[in-house]
Amino acid sequence: MTTLNSSVATLQARFGESIRRAEISCGDTIVYVARERVHDVLEWLKTAPGEQYNYLTDITAVEYRDRERPIEVVYQLWSIPRRVHLRVKAELSKDLPLEVQTVTDLWSGANWMEREVWDMFGIRFTGHPDLRRILMWENYSEGHPLRKDFPLRGRFSRSEQVRQALTADLAAHYSMEELSLKEAAPLLPEEMRRRLETE
Amino acid sequence: MATRTVTYELGTTGLDAQGNPVRVPLRAADAGEPEIPTDHMLINIGPQHPATHGVLRLVVELDGEVVKRVIPHVGYLHSGFEKLGEYRHYNQIIPLTDRTDYLAAMSNNVCLALAAEKLMGIEITPRCQVLRVIACEISRIISHLVWAGTTAIDLGAFSVFLWMFQEREKLYNLIEAWTGARLTTSVTRVGGMMADVPDGWAEQLRAWARRFPSVLDEVETMLSKNAIWLGRTVDVGVMTAEEAIDYSLSGPMLRASGVDYDVRKDRPYLGYETYDFEVPIGEHGDVYDRYLVRMEEMRQSTRILLQALDRLPDGPLNAADPRVVLPPKSRAMSDMEAMIFHFKQVMEGVAAPVGEAYMGIENPRGELGYYFVSDGTAKPVRWRIRPPAFINLGALPKMCEGHLLSDLIAINASVDIVMGEVDR
Repeated sequence: MTTLNSSVATLQARFGESIRRAEISCGDTIVYVARERVHDVLEWLKTAPGEQYNYLTDITAVEYRDRERPIEVVYQLWSIPRRVHLRVKAELSKDLPLEVQTVTDLWSGANWMEREVWDMFGIRFTGHPDLRRILMWENYSEGHPLRKDFPLRGRFSRSEQVRQALTADLAAHYSMEELSLKEAAPLLPEEMRRRLETE
Repeated sequence: MATRTVTYELGTTGLDAQGNPVRVPLRAADAGEPEIPTDHMLINIGPQHPATHGVLRLVVELDGEVVKRVIPHVGYLHSGFEKLGEYRHYNQIIPLTDRTDYLAAMSNNVCLALAAEKLMGIEITPRCQVLRVIACEISRIISHLVWAGTTAIDLGAFSVFLWMFQEREKLYNLIEAWTGARLTTSVTRVGGMMADVPDGWAEQLRAWARRFPSVLDEVETMLSKNAIWLGRTVDVGVMTAEEAIDYSLSGPMLRASGVDYDVRKDRPYLGYETYDFEVPIGEHGDVYDRYLVRMEEMRQSTRILLQALDRLPDGPLNAADPRVVLPPKSRAMSDMEAMIFHFKQVMEGVAAPVGEAYMGIENPRGELGYYFVSDGTAKPVRWRIRPPAFINLGALPKMCEGHLLSDLIAINASVDIVMGEVDR
């Protein structure tokens, strides 16, 4: 398979300039889409009769070691009826806020995948119903671990990590009220409350 | 949540004037009419709880005994494997894959090797292909055995656990004879395998595979028409086909809902298209169908194992590519050129070309995908694990809504999570 996936031509015909470029790597087709149109493109790929990419395999992000390169959000699509794979990417420039529209309205499974990307890369998915951290704890304060500027051993020294763990406000994390977020708003960390209230 | 304060008098003994003990009954002070709260209750299950299969924490909102909402909290076992992978050569990542889905370690090893080979464009030998199929199918059987055993315990059938673990133990003995380890196998290398199987190993596996279906028969006799088992599993945690696709479920979870998607059939790798096996598909998407699908998958995996043993070809195990495959130790110690290749591979690693590769395989829990992005150096820019257990677990809140608290245990068991993979 060294030819482009046929969906690329139909995508270019329909979305024009928003389809930035397409390339093949190791036999798989990659389509680069303008970030404002990602949701529209994915919705069309999911529903158009000739495309039927109905299965969202994965959402993840890539940051390159070259700091000038934009961060990429990667969507792996699969069409169960047509048995075709397609990889859609959106490039997010580091000069602008890292934001892209959520696809949770298209696939419910995107909920946790997008939460993980937010947790690990700090990319916000606008319109996500519940954009909380998922693998790290909510008041984790060292940043987003999979970013290249995040050191392998963490941002803080071992002693600082221990100090933070010992002085953490356990009630803010472990109380059950934390979960029914409305009543527990005053208990939440400042940063999390601000983020949830702006949604 | 409304709180209610109830004070109790302590039931202490004393002596009355006659020297007889006076017992104060244990009762609520000013009890009066008991106040029955009608508001919802939040129950915390885990992170340390045998029925959560690892360090999973579930916060459950209950109306009486009916589950209104489930909020899973994951991440207690987060080890940053993906970050660690960015600092390692491709072969050095293999031990990390053992530790993600530790019930199917060999299958993970195979997926990593396949992904790296796809990235580097390496062809593997026929013998290596067949051995990898054997590794994958053994992993699937072991993983489903643990699933059946632990799920049966959760639902009150203890003997199934013992039968299943007995078989698993026999397979672990075979794995130990092959790789030297039981759980953390690290059996593959990019371009080949860590070791060939020892003499007589194939015959031992064949003998095991011939006898194994009778154990499945026993278990099915015990469970498939058992009134308690049926009562606990039928119509519990139903996902329709549309919902299963909507939640990106994969593996037995997806197929129990009636969606025919198995990576081995739809995107064959390792020559799976040349094996004769069926993919069981459920109809109802409930816990019972997931049980039936997994039991049948074990039978089909046994069929694949026997076919693979029949065709296991002789010939070289590793690809003849000195760039990526280490020379035999004896040559590295006696031949200058071999020693240089050995040195360069160990010290510098194998540089992958610029590009990216996604390799998905059918793991016991669903579609496991490894996604490598390379910038031309020996260490990947990004190593993403597409974790089937994590994504399947995301549907737990949806499946549990409206069920009883005791059904939550059955549904959670049917997802078949391994927290090492969920949290990575």
